[in-house]
Amino acid sequence: MNEILGMIFIVIGLAFDFFGCLGLVRLPDVYNRLQASTKSVTLGTCGILFGLFLFKGFTACGIKAILCILFILLTAPVSAHALARGTHKSGVKLWKESVCDKYEEDEVSKTA
Amino acid sequence: MRRLRWLLGLIIIILIFAIIIFYPLPSLLEWQSPLLRHSFFVLFFCALFCLWRILKGPTSADRAVAIDILGILVLGFCAILGIPTGRNWYIDIGIAWALQSFISTLALAKYLEGRNFDE
Repeated sequence: MNEILGMIFIVIGLAFDFFGCLGLVRLPDVYNRLQASTKSVTLGTCGILFGLFLFKGFTACGIKAILCILFILLTAPVSAHALARGTHKSGVKLWKESVCDKYEEDEVSKTA
Repeated sequence: MRRLRWLLGLIIIILIFAIIIFYPLPSLLEWQSPLLRHSFFVLFFCALFCLWRILKGPTSADRAVAIDILGILVLGFCAILGIPTGRNWYIDIGIAWALQSFISTLALAKYLEGRNFDE
């Protein structure tokens, strides 16, 4: 029973991974790519690790998988935010059909 | 023209899934079920997409994003390899890889921002 549940979690995680990487190839802009790929790939890898935990049960390997899920959920948003901030400060333009740029407005209002 | 390109991409994705499902792989490992073998191939194509973005990315920020995603995908590789082989130390490699990937991504973000590293 546990193995079937783990297999279902792994397949859901693989679907999230695949569509995140498809977004990394297809979307037109750095910020769009970051937005699409980071969130869905993080959730997909968490699904795979939870499937591994269901396979292994409460052994050392399963507990390490749970620790990995916690670590990824804490660090992936931090690294994505740092990358977006660094990209914006290095002067990469937005896509020409983007609607608004709140970070730029904040910078302008701080200096003024 | 736009619709033709969309159709071409759809055909490529269907071909990828056909390769994943029907390709007869020689059994390097004793896989418990064929679904695990196919899942390994899905992650392989995800890594190929990331490598394509690293090769072709117009700016250096694209490459940094793709390296970040590749670091998370390797963790999935380690988790899946731990199931059919029955060895418990693959997840240790995954933990170490996640730590190293996080720190290297922060260093790349700092480099893109254009400051010194000790600031």
